[in-house]
Amino acid sequence: MSAVILAAEGVNVAQNVAFGIIAAFMIFAALSVVSSKNVVHAALWLVIVLAGVAAQYILAAAEFVAVSQVLVYIGAVMVLFLFGIMLTRAQIGKEFGLNNSAWPLGIPVAVVLFGLLAWVILDAYEDDVLPDPGGPTPTEALSDQFLSIYLVPFLALSFVLLAAAIGAIVLARKD
Amino acid sequence: MLAVNFLLLAAVLFSIGVYGVIARRNAVMVLMSIELILNSVNLNLIAFSLMHGVADGQVFALYVIAIAAAEVGVGLAMVLMIYRNRRSIALDELSEMKG
Amino acid sequence: MFAADTSRALELTSGWFLENAWLAGLLPVIGFALIIGLGKRMPMKGAEIGLASMAATLVVTVGAAIQWMQRVNSAEGPGEEATGLVQAFGRSLPRAAEGGEAEPFIAPVVKTWVWWQNSGLEFGIGSSIDGLAALLLALVAFITLLVQIFSLDYIRNDRRYTHFFASITLFSGGMLIMLMAENMVQLILGWEIMGLTSFMLIGHWWEEEANSRAALKAFFTVRVGDVGLLVGTAIIFFGANQWAVDNLDSNGFNISAIQAWALSGEADTQFLLWGAVALFIAAIGKSGQFPLHTWLPDAMAGPTPVSSLLHSSTMVVAGVFLVARIYPVFWEGFNIGTGGLSFIAIIGAITIVIAALLAFVQDDIKKVLAYSTVSQLGYMMLGLGTGAWLPAVFHIFTHAFFKCALFLCAGSISHSGSHHSFDMKKDMGGLRKKMPVTFAAWIVSTLALTGVFPFAGFWSKDEIIDNVGNNGYTFLMWVALGGAALTAMYMTRATYLTFFGEPRGAAAGEHHQHDTDVEAEEHELEEATVGAPEPRSLGAAAATHGGGGSAGGDHDDHGDHGDHGDHGPHESGPLLLVPIVILAFLAVVAGFANPTPLASRFGEGVELIKTYVEPRAEAVVVDDFLASGPGDSLILVDVPAAAPAAEAEGDGAAKTGCGFTSPEAGTVCFFPAVSHAEPKFAKILLSLGIVAAGYAVAIAFCVAYYGRRDKRLVGLTERNKALRGGFLFLKNKYYLDALYENVIVRAVAHPIAKAAYWINQHVLDATVDGVGVGARRTGQWVYDNIDQKVVDGAVNGSGFAASEAGHAMQSTQSGKVSQYGALLFGAAAVAAIVLVIVNVS
Repeated sequence: MSAVILAAEGVNVAQNVAFGIIAAFMIFAALSVVSSKNVVHAALWLVIVLAGVAAQYILAAAEFVAVSQVLVYIGAVMVLFLFGIMLTRAQIGKEFGLNNSAWPLGIPVAVVLFGLLAWVILDAYEDDVLPDPGGPTPTEALSDQFLSIYLVPFLALSFVLLAAAIGAIVLARKD
Repeated sequence: MLAVNFLLLAAVLFSIGVYGVIARRNAVMVLMSIELILNSVNLNLIAFSLMHGVADGQVFALYVIAIAAAEVGVGLAMVLMIYRNRRSIALDELSEMKG
Repeated sequence: MFAADTSRALELTSGWFLENAWLAGLLPVIGFALIIGLGKRMPMKGAEIGLASMAATLVVTVGAAIQWMQRVNSAEGPGEEATGLVQAFGRSLPRAAEGGEAEPFIAPVVKTWVWWQNSGLEFGIGSSIDGLAALLLALVAFITLLVQIFSLDYIRNDRRYTHFFASITLFSGGMLIMLMAENMVQLILGWEIMGLTSFMLIGHWWEEEANSRAALKAFFTVRVGDVGLLVGTAIIFFGANQWAVDNLDSNGFNISAIQAWALSGEADTQFLLWGAVALFIAAIGKSGQFPLHTWLPDAMAGPTPVSSLLHSSTMVVAGVFLVARIYPVFWEGFNIGTGGLSFIAIIGAITIVIAALLAFVQDDIKKVLAYSTVSQLGYMMLGLGTGAWLPAVFHIFTHAFFKCALFLCAGSISHSGSHHSFDMKKDMGGLRKKMPVTFAAWIVSTLALTGVFPFAGFWSKDEIIDNVGNNGYTFLMWVALGGAALTAMYMTRATYLTFFGEPRGAAAGEHHQHDTDVEAEEHELEEATVGAPEPRSLGAAAATHGGGGSAGGDHDDHGDHGDHGDHGPHESGPLLLVPIVILAFLAVVAGFANPTPLASRFGEGVELIKTYVEPRAEAVVVDDFLASGPGDSLILVDVPAAAPAAEAEGDGAAKTGCGFTSPEAGTVCFFPAVSHAEPKFAKILLSLGIVAAGYAVAIAFCVAYYGRRDKRLVGLTERNKALRGGFLFLKNKYYLDALYENVIVRAVAHPIAKAAYWINQHVLDATVDGVGVGARRTGQWVYDNIDQKVVDGAVNGSGFAASEAGHAMQSTQSGKVSQYGALLFGAAAVAAIVLVIVNVS
């Protein structure tokens, strides 16, 4: 793991350091999400996580996606979450009993999963160096993909969004 | 930077999200954990996209974001419905499907 | 072992009738089947089929007899074709005693088919015709035909006319099958058919219990003897089989093989003795010898044609035939040749006397004749038992004619003279004037029976007596002579009571109260069916009928009685008389078929029976083993100079030859060298004198007792205790019936029946019940334990397991999303680990 942080050949030290700091924040925030006793705090911690994810995207030269992430996730989804919390009369402040009875079961599952994933990843990609992106990814490249190869999924996506919007409205109607 | 960075980070987030799905009682909390999972997946996609120098991964990530948004919308609508019906969104109380 | 150069293979002629003599056995059986099937619809109710089949059988048997005579003649020399009686009568045959060539044994003509084989044994069925068979086949067919003609009128309007003819036909088929049998199995078959038909015919009017009892008694008494037949056949088989297989390529059932085995000198004496004893017991039963004679008089309950056919001339001689046929076994088994007193002779002699004595106290004319038959059968057995084979067989021949004639006369008397009664004292008397033809036939037959010159019985019975004396049995000869005197006496009594004196009862035209005579009952039934005004009972007959011929209205119903125009005795119709006359004629002339006393004057050619019937006692070589199996006649090779049988003429000649010494190696004997007495004039006079004396005494007594009712004689038995005891002893038939039925049967049958019943109830039923109870208990236990506990337990347990498993699994279906999520991710993790391990390792 020291290779992750230490400056090695071909490794951009500054990138690594930035990545590490942001990653630490993210992990801490994620842990707080799942262990916070205050629902609103949990939501806010989630905002931190999402922001951190966006920052990582920038590091990975996916600026468009980062911006979309911020706009959509933090701007819309989190607002939605907060509305949801509000509408469902969650206790403001500390509340107890946020964990259900099965929570001890979750730890081993999560640990096993992580262990498995980590092993697989390390086994497959150890010492693989990400290439230097050489600048931000042009949005044209994305749009080229969207509108040629992935056109059908793109249009389908629009339908999905439409259906989701209508569905949400229908479901949440008072009458 | 090493590839494993992103991937491991994603794995961590994923695991935490799984824990959250399993351990949390509040439905909204569960949805939030699901968001964690989805974001970890997105990180993976971006990392792979960067690894191979193609934009496909980013396209996929955008898809995931969009779908996640839709899913959250519908999910929260359902949570609201449940809340209206039962005045509670504690998932361990929602066990009519037990058999 | 095979023929030397000096011998020649005997070439004997055969003929179509000889080869196909089996038809004689088959045709009556077919006739029987046809009568049963079609008889009732035919115009003569089946009688025509019976007559036709018997006529055809007669043709076959007479043809076979003629061809047999040709066959015998062909053995004498090349080129001599003697046919018919005339040429044989005139020619004198060279005999060994006269220095001529030893006469060869004439092999029987055999034609059989194998109907069953088992473990190397082949059982054949068919015909084996030799002299004895040819003679008796023709005799039986002839007598049966005459009796059937007699029955046409006698049995008319009988309630079971068709079945009567069917049974008669089947009987003759059975007897013919027995006579032509080539092996013991077929003989037993014919024997049993005869027993069956005898039962059917004796009990022909079985509605009266006495008749069915008589039929049963006949059947069972003969059955006791039949045990001997089966046992004897088995003993002989086990004794003879190995020898027959080794020497003749035959088996222990083949009669020729048995004959050869007995005379071979290699036979075990124990087998011979006990086989002979057992077979003779069968002959005792069938031929009514003492002590199994009790059934024959009771068998008179059957219709008269049955009595005349079965129980006088044909069936009862089956026992005699058996002894005559397998004579070598008895010859060797009882050592007849050596002059010892043989079992057969003793029984025969006893039978002669006791039956003759019983004939004196009978009132029923048929019973007199029945006892006479028993007595005459005793003569035949006596003859066979002392080595007089030929006279005994000749006596069968002549006895058939005159006895059958006597019975048919009795039938004629009852039919037309005494109104269906057979009681001599009550319903007969003085019939000689009204029934002259019957009377003449009766007298002729009686003279033949008692042995008066020149009637048939003289030639045959006196030959028996002569040979008995000649062979050294002097005491038995006097017994036989005494029996001849007794025969004369009781026949005189019967004749006097029937034909002389004043008419009594029905013979006088009265309709008496009929006693238990069955034909009287038959008559009553017939009257009732014709529409007599009121029902009758036996006792009322005297009251309603009383006084001869007065109630004209009643007696006009006798339309179907045809001849009863005036209700008195009258002569019978032609259908009844023609057979009687034919038989009476034969009773006169049949003796001339073998007039031995005349042989010294006319040559031995006159002795036809001896020439053609008596088997030759010559040792012969059996050629070609393969030909001497069932189905083919033995092919013999003549051995002329090897062992000439010394015919012992006169007494005391050295005895050698077949029956006395073992045949030489490679040869077999089929018949022992029986001796033939040369008749002497003095002996003939002696026997005739004794018979005449018997007649004189009897006539005097009858006239005195029955005629004049001499006071010294009437009531003698009541006054004199000794005579009364003797009379009662005879009347009760020596108490033999009481012994058999009350003592033996009851002592044997009742305990056996009780034991059998006990076994049935306590062993068999208990077993069955036990099985049933056991089964039920087992079922109950199985139900309780296995079905309820094990099977149901398994079923319930599986259900329980399923439900418990379900309950156990229920906790995974909690309905809680988080748990589902945990499961999902957990399972995914596990699956992924497995995949990784599999793919990486």
